[in-house]
Formats: sequence, structure tokens, C-alpha cells
Amino acid sequence: MNWETVIGLEVHVQLATKSKIFSGAPTAFGAEPNTQACAIDLGFPGVLPVLNREAVNMAIKLGLGIQASIEKKSVFARKNYFYPDLPKGYQITQHDLPIVKGGHLDILLEDNSIKRINITRAHLEEDAGKSLHDTFPGSSGIDLNRAGTPLLEIVSEPDMRSAKEAVSYLKALHSLVRFLEICDGNMQEGSFRCDANVSIKRPGDTKLGTRAELKNINSFRFVEHAINHEIQRQIDILESGGKISQETRLYDPDKDETRSMRSKEDANDYRYFPDPDLLPLTLTDKQIQEIKSTLPELPQEKHQRFLDQYHLSAYDATVLMSSRALADYFESVVAIVSNDHAKLASNWVAGELAAALNKDNIDITDSRISANTLGQLVLRIADNTLSSKTAKTLFEALWLDGGDVDQLIEAKGLKQVTDTKAIQALVQKIIDDNPAQVADYRSGKDKLFGFFVGQAMKESGGKLNPQQLNDVLLETLNQNR
Amino acid sequence: MWNKTVAELSRALQNKAISSVELTTLFLARIKQHDHKINSFITVTDELALNQALDADKKIATGQAHPLTGIPIAHKDIFCTKGVKTTCGSKMLDNFTSPYDATVVEHFKAAGMVMVGKTNMDEFAMGSSNENSFYGPVKNPWDLERVPGGSSGGSAAAVAASFAPASTGTDTGGSIRQPAALSGISGIKPTYGRVSRYGMIAFASSLDQGGLFAKTAEDLGLLLNVMAGHDARDSTSIDEPVPNYTATLNQPIKGLRIGLPKEFFNPNLDSKMAAVIETAVKEYEKQGATLHEISLPNSALAIPAYYVIAPAECSSNLARFDGVRFGHRCKDPVDLEDLYKRSRSEGFGKEVIRRIMIGTFALSSGYYNAHYLKAAQIRHLIRDDFHRAFNEVDVIMGPTTPGPAFKLGERTNDPISMYLSDIYTIAVNLAELPALSIPAGFIDNLPVGLQLIGNRFDEVRLLNMAHRYQQCTDWHLNIPGDF
Repeated sequence: MNWETVIGLEVHVQLATKSKIFSGAPTAFGAEPNTQACAIDLGFPGVLPVLNREAVNMAIKLGLGIQASIEKKSVFARKNYFYPDLPKGYQITQHDLPIVKGGHLDILLEDNSIKRINITRAHLEEDAGKSLHDTFPGSSGIDLNRAGTPLLEIVSEPDMRSAKEAVSYLKALHSLVRFLEICDGNMQEGSFRCDANVSIKRPGDTKLGTRAELKNINSFRFVEHAINHEIQRQIDILESGGKISQETRLYDPDKDETRSMRSKEDANDYRYFPDPDLLPLTLTDKQIQEIKSTLPELPQEKHQRFLDQYHLSAYDATVLMSSRALADYFESVVAIVSNDHAKLASNWVAGELAAALNKDNIDITDSRISANTLGQLVLRIADNTLSSKTAKTLFEALWLDGGDVDQLIEAKGLKQVTDTKAIQALVQKIIDDNPAQVADYRSGKDKLFGFFVGQAMKESGGKLNPQQLNDVLLETLNQNR
Repeated sequence: MWNKTVAELSRALQNKAISSVELTTLFLARIKQHDHKINSFITVTDELALNQALDADKKIATGQAHPLTGIPIAHKDIFCTKGVKTTCGSKMLDNFTSPYDATVVEHFKAAGMVMVGKTNMDEFAMGSSNENSFYGPVKNPWDLERVPGGSSGGSAAAVAASFAPASTGTDTGGSIRQPAALSGISGIKPTYGRVSRYGMIAFASSLDQGGLFAKTAEDLGLLLNVMAGHDARDSTSIDEPVPNYTATLNQPIKGLRIGLPKEFFNPNLDSKMAAVIETAVKEYEKQGATLHEISLPNSALAIPAYYVIAPAECSSNLARFDGVRFGHRCKDPVDLEDLYKRSRSEGFGKEVIRRIMIGTFALSSGYYNAHYLKAAQIRHLIRDDFHRAFNEVDVIMGPTTPGPAFKLGERTNDPISMYLSDIYTIAVNLAELPALSIPAGFIDNLPVGLQLIGNRFDEVRLLNMAHRYQQCTDWHLNIPGDF
């Protein structure tokens, strides 16, 4: 039977403010438990929250980044429930009146087409602390360092139709928040977390099916696994005549399965009401305009510019867009090699460099090869001084020990051989050394051509210009065919 | 010296007629000698007080003193005081010592005032008789069988008994004005947002406002000069310049328009109380003020609206008392739910639990619109009533309470009759206005008060009018005989 999947995502973005959303305590990750929580974070008697304007500015940036409406008036509400890592017995969040309404994000699908995902809202709220269940046998510990960390919850419309689309959306959003520098994007540390609402329906049905909410799926890979697993679970239930119950499910990456956390009936009555300790948040056009003037070029704008200006493929542009620093690095390389060689620069930045960074787990900002050096290297490929093989050798040397591109080419003898006579002499030697293969080739075994290329490259240490070698080989071998 | 006003003590200290250490010793001795009769203090901070008095004397000696330096003050035990037990009248916080000072406490400290102790109160400021305290009821210095009013009953009784010349209180629905009236002293609740709420343990955040008790309006002005002001740590604190509250105390009141709400002077008003208020108002007429009947048509809705909004906010504000981080924790909880249930059931008293239950209900899904939202709408109507009235008059007057102090135990089993004690004060909190109560006479030898309600941030006028009244009457000079 045919089923259509409907997915909406709720993403919790931890805002990269220095201090918490309602107190002056620091937000840095990884400190000793309960050393970054002040009386306000601990919910001591008599304390009051004061809104961190930097968190508001970051929410505005996100709103502008998704072409949303920035609301002139938004209201903080209390979401009441008891839990040990929720010090006040309520979470301060925005309920009826969020700061950001509407907006959209365009995502790149596998067939290179663009799909628009609509965004319902984004609202500011405070994070809870953490319960530590494994540290103290027989009892639980509570670490309130995270309590009061600012979050922006971004809620999409149920516009995604597959796990892959959900991942694309998530990646686009991840890239956006990092471009805007409002979140460090660190998923392992929980700076970017995702809940997914998943349901299935018959194609053409206008009514959505009953949904399950998948909680806290914290890597792109898990999102895809968890959603695909959930889709299959729902299909199995419906196809065997069952009914989906509305519930919250937790994804277990170790077992690759989701399991029920609580059903709709068990859900808390959160008793939302406007927080009387905080006035409604009001914004003026001027304030919004001021934030707008500080915005960098947005990923979607930059993506389009990379297509237009450098004639990159949509895929290459997307890879370079994965962080603002990587895109900036690429543009620094292009500034050296000129737009004519942008594609070549893109191949090296998104290919060799990205792989090396990844392998050594280094951020682009700490790259062991500067954009300037990589630019020199690309220039030497472009002017035929280096073959792709010798360029890779040089790249490795630069990555390990650094140095000057031209000096290393000289010192390591990496210069490509472009002298036709020298190539002819070397080809003649290969032919003389391999009479049997030559005879086979000449009697019709075309596939052996690669063998001769390989021998020639081996003999020369990879320094021959590949095109010239091809030409000379063909000419020489075919002479007596 | 013990029966002097803050203004008089200030002069005595500046003239070196007495030292702060002497003065502090005097009041501490009075507390020791007499407080067992009325139970107005939860904690007496002798040692701290004498140390602060020593510092004060040094400042006075070197000419660095503020007019209030060296004068004793008592703080309601709802204000957090660093290193000093802060209970809010509850078993829940019997073991709680605050790690920080409330902004208000900081202000008085900075002015060099001497804290003699923390006063008794209805648990979490919920009550109108001070019978809801974990530390036992406070008794009225005028009649030990009667209540002093609440919730700031300890602060009111302490000043009435001259255990301190002044004290702080909080007023959510009348908790300063009602005990001031029943204890025969002056008390002011400033405009919501005029005084910082930081460090003042929250009951109903949108209604709570810190204020003062003293023997005279002049003293209230002197103290408010220090207490009022914007606080960046309280988002609801309002950034308005603080006027000098004592500069215009003597200004003539000729031509000022006094509004008398017809809803306050209906046939249900006790005739003796009506007579007291009429006499008081005539005094103003004599000084050239004019009287005008006004209407506050939604007055009758104030109590029902209040008893939805205040419990709703308290049900959320008191959720933090869960036995996890501070306060009472039950013995040997078997699991998390047991920890919550027993810690809270054991830690909170009956009235607090009643209000948490009412508030939880009022906010719950399916009832929110009918209760909380409706109450919030009524609050707007009440605010509009006052707004219209202040287009016609400069100040509104009426009784502070329906009658004088009632007997201990008289209303404890009838919460509705208890709630009605605040019928004239509650609307003022809903409308966020300033108001004060001053002694205006006696009924059956018990003091009663005149309430003056002002427009937003018009404390200056209220104090001016109260002071003018006290210049030509002596009700405020009466002192209970046993003290």
C-alpha cells in the first residue's frame, strides 16, 4: 500500500549568549556541576528574572534570516510542572505570543530541486538543568549549570515528506544559525536539538494522521534513522488494522528503535499563564532595523551568489555553505586564483581540505594550510606546473610541515614535465620495455592503454602532464597498429 | 525616647542627644521585655543590630551620616536578609538562611539604619489576621485578645508597641493598610513598581508591593525617600525619578478634590465607622478641600477577581518549595512523588494549601478562560474605574477596613468572612495604585483607619494630605497602654 509521510520539526537552538537568559550566570559548557548557577538559576526565594537583550537580538536575527515577521509585542509565560531539574517549578517560555511568526527556509533536495519549508514560529525560552541518574547509586544528582540557558525553539510546519527532507531542513537551519552566529551548532553538547512530529496518511488525504513526537534526536544521522524507523512502525500498525495513538516516543540509537515515553493522556496540564515577573517584550522598527544592518549575507543569498558568480554546482555550493568560515575561506582562495578557476578552488576546499580537516578533527578557522597557500597551490595546478597527483603530494607536505608552494615544488621536484621530447623519450622506453603488452594492444586489446599510462606515470613519479602523455602514447602506440 | 518618631530620633542622633547604640539597646530591651505578650518578632538580631549601631555612631561622629543613620527598623520576614534566617512565616523556610539581601534591605543598610529583627507574618503573606503564621499568631497591642491584622501583623504590632520606630511590610491585597488601621499606626503601600520586589518572597507577583509602617506620615516619607527607586534586578520596577517625599508635606491642601466612592459608603457600612470617616473628611473640608461623590462601579468584583489572580500566581510562585534545593524536606522519601507530596504537605499551612489548590484549579486547562482570564478582564475594568475617578478628583478617601480589630479565632473557620476584611483595600492592588492608612479615631477603644488612595506615583500628595491631617489631629499620637 502507498503511504505519504508528514513530518514537522521542533528545533531547540541554544543561543550563544555569554550569560543566561534571565540571570548573569555564565553559559559555558562543561563546568563542574552547579558552579554556573546563581541564586536566580536555582530559583531561590525572592529572586526575579531579567531578560537578556542579547538573546532577544539573536531571536530577531533568526527571524530576519527566515524572512519571518518579528512581533512588536511578545509575552513570556510560565509553563508549570514539577521536576527536580526545573528549579522554579515552571519554565519561562513564550506561549500565545512568540517573538517570531511565520517565515520559511528553502532546502536542496537530492534531485537538486529546491523545496520551501514553512516555519510556524520561533520563541524564546529557558533551558532546564540536567538530572544525573548514573552518578550516585540509589539516588539522582542534579546539575543546574544548564538551567536558564537561552533557547530559541523553532517550529516548522508539517511540510516535510521524508526523513531525507527532514535532514536537509535540519542541515539548512543548522547552517543558518551558525552563519548568523547565534548558536555554536554543537550537537554533541546539545546546542542544537531536534524533536520530530511524524505521521502518515494516504496520498491525497487532506486530513493528517495521528502523530507521534520523537524526542531529542541529536544528530543528523539519528534523525534520519529515527524517522524512518517511526514511519515503518506506523505503517506496520495501520496495515495490520491497528490505530496510531498520539504519544511521545524516545529514540534509542543503540537499538535503533523508538519507544513510548508517555501518551497524550499522561501529558501534564502545564497551566500556562503570562509571567507576572516579566513585562511584555516590546520591539520598535528601529531596533529591528538596527539588528538587520548587522546581519551577514545569509546562506540562501550566498548560495545563489556562488551559483551565479562562480558557476558552482548546487551541491558544491551547499558543501561550502556548511559554515560561514568555510565559505569565507573558499572566497579567499578564489580571490587569489580568480573566478576562472573557482570550480578548481571549490574542488580543493570542499574535497582535499575538508577531508584533511575532518580527519584531524580541526575547525576550518584552525586550518593548517592558509587560504593564501592553498590559493598558490591551485594556481600552480591551473598553470600546469602541478599535476593533480603532484598537487596532492604537495598538499600533504604543506598540511604536515607547512612551507612555501613554489619552493617546495622546486625542492621536491614536483614540477610537471611538459616538454614533449622528454615525454616521447619516456614513452619510447615504456614501449621498449614491454613488447608483449605492446603486441597485445596493437592486436586490439584497447584496455591495455591504461597500463601504459600507469607505467609512464610510475616511471616519472607522476610528474607528466596527463593530457600530453595521452597524446604522445596514442600517437606512438598507434603508429604500427 | 522609645515613643519618638523617626524624624525626632533623627534629630536626637544628629544632636548627639543619644547614640545609636543606646537607642538600639533601648528598643532591644523593650522587645525582650514585652514581645512575649504579642509575638511580633520571629527573629531578633541583637548582635547584628548592635554592630550596625556601632558603625552608625562612627558615621555620625565623622559627619558622614544619612538622616536615617542609626535609627532602628524591623523588617517583615518576607524580605531576604543575608546571613539571617528568612522564614516568610512558614515551616517550609524554618531552616532557610538567605544568601543575599533584598534590594529594600540593601537600601536601608546603605542609609545606615539598624535592623533589630524580622517580624512575624501570615505564612507567605496569606491572611488578614496574622493567625496563619507557623510561629504563632501576633496579638494586637491595643487588646491582646484581638488580631493586629495581616499579613504584615508583626510589623504593624511592633511599631504600635514601640519595639521599633518603623518597619517594612508588604501589601498584596491590604496587608499593610489593614494591619496599620487595626493597630493604630500609619502605613503606606506605594504604586506597584515604585519599590523593588527583588528579594521579597513572592506571593502574587503582579500585586505584591513593599511598603512601610511608622507612627506618622512624615516618617513614612523619610523612609520612602530611601526605599523607593528603580531596580534593574526587578523587571516590573518602574524607572521614574524618585521625588523628595518630605519636601511638600506641609503644602496647603486648599482646593484639592476628595472623592468619596458611593460604593464604600453604602448602608452596609457600620454606622460607627461611617461616623469616624465623616469626621475625618470634615477635617479636610475645614482645610479647604472639596468633597465629591464618585462611583467605582466594579468595586464589588474586586474580591472575587483577587481571589482568582492572587491564588493563581501563588500556585506557581510557591512551586519552587519542593524539598529539593532548600527549605523543608520530608524524612526518608521513598520516591520523587513522595518527596514532593510530603515535603509540601508538611511544610505549608492550611491557608497556603487552600490558595495553591484554588490557583491550580483556576489555571487548569478548560477553566483558565472562565476563571483566570475573566479575572484579568475584571482587573482592567477596575483599573478603568479608578482612571475615570482620577479625572474628577485628586484623591479618594474611605475606611481602610469595615470595622476595628476582630478577636483571635473569630474568623479562622470562615475564610470568606476573613477575605471580606480586605474589601476596601483589594481594588487598589488590582489597580496598582498607591494608598495609605492613617489613624482616624477609635471604635470601642480600638483604633480604626482612614484610607487615602492616590493616582499612580502620587505618593507625594498622599503623604502631604496625611501629614496635614496629623498636624491638626492627635489620633496617631495614642499609644497602647500596656506598652
